[in-house]
Amino acid sequence: MAHPYLPHTDADIEKMLGVCGLKSLDDLLSVIPGELRLSRPYKLPEAMSEPEVRRFFESLARKCQPLTCFAGNGFYDHWTPSAILSLIARSEFLTAYTPYQPEISQGTLQYIFEYQTIMSRLTGLPISNASLYDGATATAEAALMMVASARKKNRVLISATVNKAVREVVATYCKYHGASLTEVAEADGVTSRQAISAELAKGDVAGVIVATPNRYGIVEDYTGLADEVHAVKALLAVNCVASTLAILKTPGQWGADIAVGDAQSLGMPLSFGGPYLGFMTATSALMRKIPGRIVGATTDANGQRSFVLTLQAREQHIRREKATSNICSNQGLMALFAAAYTSLVGEKGLQEINRQGAAAVRALVGRLEATGKFSKAFPTRPFLNEVALKTSVNIDELLQRLADNDILGGVKIADDMLLVAATEMQSADDIDRYAAIAAQL
Amino acid sequence: MNRQLYSPLIFELSQPGRRGCRIPDNHLPLADDFLAANLLRGEAVNLPEVDEPTLVRHYNNQSTNNFGVDSGFYPLGSCTMKYNPKINEEMAADRRFAALHPCQPDSTVQGALELYYDLQSALSEIGGMAEFTLNPYAGAHGELTGLMIIRAYHNSRGDLKRTRVIIPDSAHGTNPASAAVAGLEVVSVKSYPDGTVDVEALAELLDDTIAAVMMTNPNTLGIFEHNIPRIAKLVHDAGALLYYDGANLNPMLGVARPGDMGFDVMHINLHKTFSTPHGGGGPGAGPVGVRKGLEQFLPNPRVEKLADGSFRRVDNPESMGRISSSLGNYAVAIRALSYILTMGCDGLAAAGRLAILNANYIKERLKDLYLLPIEGICMHEFVFDGLRDKSTGVTTLNVAKRLLDHGYHAPTIYFPLLFHESLMIEPTETESLNIIDNFIDVMRNIAIEASNDPETVKSAPHNTPISHPDDTAAALKPVVTFDQLQRNDS
Repeated sequence: MAHPYLPHTDADIEKMLGVCGLKSLDDLLSVIPGELRLSRPYKLPEAMSEPEVRRFFESLARKCQPLTCFAGNGFYDHWTPSAILSLIARSEFLTAYTPYQPEISQGTLQYIFEYQTIMSRLTGLPISNASLYDGATATAEAALMMVASARKKNRVLISATVNKAVREVVATYCKYHGASLTEVAEADGVTSRQAISAELAKGDVAGVIVATPNRYGIVEDYTGLADEVHAVKALLAVNCVASTLAILKTPGQWGADIAVGDAQSLGMPLSFGGPYLGFMTATSALMRKIPGRIVGATTDANGQRSFVLTLQAREQHIRREKATSNICSNQGLMALFAAAYTSLVGEKGLQEINRQGAAAVRALVGRLEATGKFSKAFPTRPFLNEVALKTSVNIDELLQRLADNDILGGVKIADDMLLVAATEMQSADDIDRYAAIAAQL
Repeated sequence: MNRQLYSPLIFELSQPGRRGCRIPDNHLPLADDFLAANLLRGEAVNLPEVDEPTLVRHYNNQSTNNFGVDSGFYPLGSCTMKYNPKINEEMAADRRFAALHPCQPDSTVQGALELYYDLQSALSEIGGMAEFTLNPYAGAHGELTGLMIIRAYHNSRGDLKRTRVIIPDSAHGTNPASAAVAGLEVVSVKSYPDGTVDVEALAELLDDTIAAVMMTNPNTLGIFEHNIPRIAKLVHDAGALLYYDGANLNPMLGVARPGDMGFDVMHINLHKTFSTPHGGGGPGAGPVGVRKGLEQFLPNPRVEKLADGSFRRVDNPESMGRISSSLGNYAVAIRALSYILTMGCDGLAAAGRLAILNANYIKERLKDLYLLPIEGICMHEFVFDGLRDKSTGVTTLNVAKRLLDHGYHAPTIYFPLLFHESLMIEPTETESLNIIDNFIDVMRNIAIEASNDPETVKSAPHNTPISHPDDTAAALKPVVTFDQLQRNDS
């Protein structure tokens, strides 16, 4: 039977084979040694009709339980404005290739240029690339970039307060690349400045990676850190959560050379891990060191403003093993997502979203503390919409009981430590339900 | 389209006080000084402020300046721009997948884990591998992951001197770039005049410092590396592993499996062979498969099926490490599984042969006007070395740009590097004979025009929304944000 995505009729095939001087489709395979050819059908189901495919996924979807989300750990449950879902489904955007042909790719190039501008403004640094895969790999790229920018220095410091998955990905990249990575101790939930100073004094540090908000949700104070790092000719990278930059002091304001992180918090669906959006912005001095695609403005032959992929001489398809990174594609469509989200929500909206999350998590913490079984793990530390709690209850049991009631109660980050987060999406009722279940344990 | 009216940047449409989205008010109290002033940015971000209709019209009109697979044919070599089925989008959009947080307990995401397991199993069957990870985000990320797996394997055996990787001179630029990121030194091996890897030269290079040989099969010239069994034996005898770059897997669908060819590790671009959208350069996905005996080196976390039929995420201590925040671009995986189910074993088997047929048909019908450096049956793509008639100075770039005038995307140009005027054409199986015949007519007309009226071809494109953007100026003094642009204008 004809397949809906395969337009060839038997007559077409016969005609085309004739032009090629061949008799059968298998004649096309004569260049492949016989013993390598697949002599049996794949052990896969027969082609399904659309209703059958729908039934198949329905059976899987029924075994998934979306939960009212009090978890963060780098990824936050924000509302996705409907207009964005409609726009990113436009097939001119969705089904386009990387914009190598600027004459027929202005749509993609222009939104990436907008995205770069928005990320630059959010992070307080002047230049941005066209995006990277996720926040973890973006941080790893920053580590390699700092080593590549340094002369004869191969060591990167990473604070123990950086998110665990991010630290693990950075460690993987550094291990195989041959860069030395030192984890710097934390003290009372924040980066130990003493430990950083001691490592910097050794004189072999190419760069330092810190985070804010950090793995406990703490908003760290990096006053003076950049000066200290720059004094030994090293670079400073700050890992951050994109949405929080509407109100928090920016990596640029802290004096960082590089800002990295995940932009999932700009309304992107949680999607069980992806696609998300890694971002990287930097000082102008790093323009030619930054990995990935970059879109630049120019003019065309008629003097019209136009956009092109620029500085491609850094990239893998030109420089091969001497490229600044192996990255080819970025998360193109998610850059459109970020540009559209920040524009729809706007300046005041993004501030409001931060305040709603901050208010909700404080309300939850207040209710949990009232049970007498929970307390803030770092009571004096400032936080935004996420906070680590110490608890005497069995966290696994708590999370299971909450899940039975359609609530994701947070993320267990130690045997007695629970990381809870909130956004504009959790109502006072949700908080009441959570607290009531916790009180019963 | 009226560029004057519809081409402003979103910043130029911004009006203070406009809002395109209402935020719910949960009426929960918050102290004004909930954070100390020294932790706050204290100045505006200067985000655009637009209403919803303005924003929708802005991006909708931008989209009409774009070309996608749904707009027309992309004969883009080594990129496999096949049709992206609509049902895949619908399956991926299901809230019961889209709303799952990656930190949810396994018990609440059994269907999602089963889906991951089903796709990795299907890819294992198609690739002839033991197990796949879906965690890598893109093809290049898959290459990097695969090379790290290979390094983890050698390291686990205490074989620490294997720090070099052999890559054919015809390989994609990502191969050497990925090797460099993985800390491996690149050694290039040359090709025979027929475009396949020079086996004797390869044998010379193989020693106990070689970690892996990376191959693309069919290679970037669209030629099947028929010596692959010999190559695999040489590589394995030397203690190295053989890596399969899956960029060109499409013609192998239903035809041959990398595992059966002797490859140990491979990646697949779901956005090529398995029809997931390219999205203007992502998000893609680059699952990595390994043969039996290498599973323990796959990145963490892995998805495991238990005896009782349930699924769980596990971290393995022997793993090469973690390569992604969690389970990769999960929503892309949903689309790929939807594609595999709609194609079925029969549809997938037909796809490889039809892709090969389309390529050979185009090659045969154009080779009298375009220079075919390597004769014979090609796989899913082939390379011309520019026009046969080079007397008028019309280049491959000119031909590519002239194609844009006729509603076609350009082929891949100036790659592979083996020829000066490379023009690499890959039709996929989803292009009909009508489209292909029309494309051939256009290509023939351009060749004739190049001889009769070369200036028209050299000055192309003529009918696109913009024409001849100044790349040199863009790179000389890069302007990468609107703020820089404004400063320059003022």
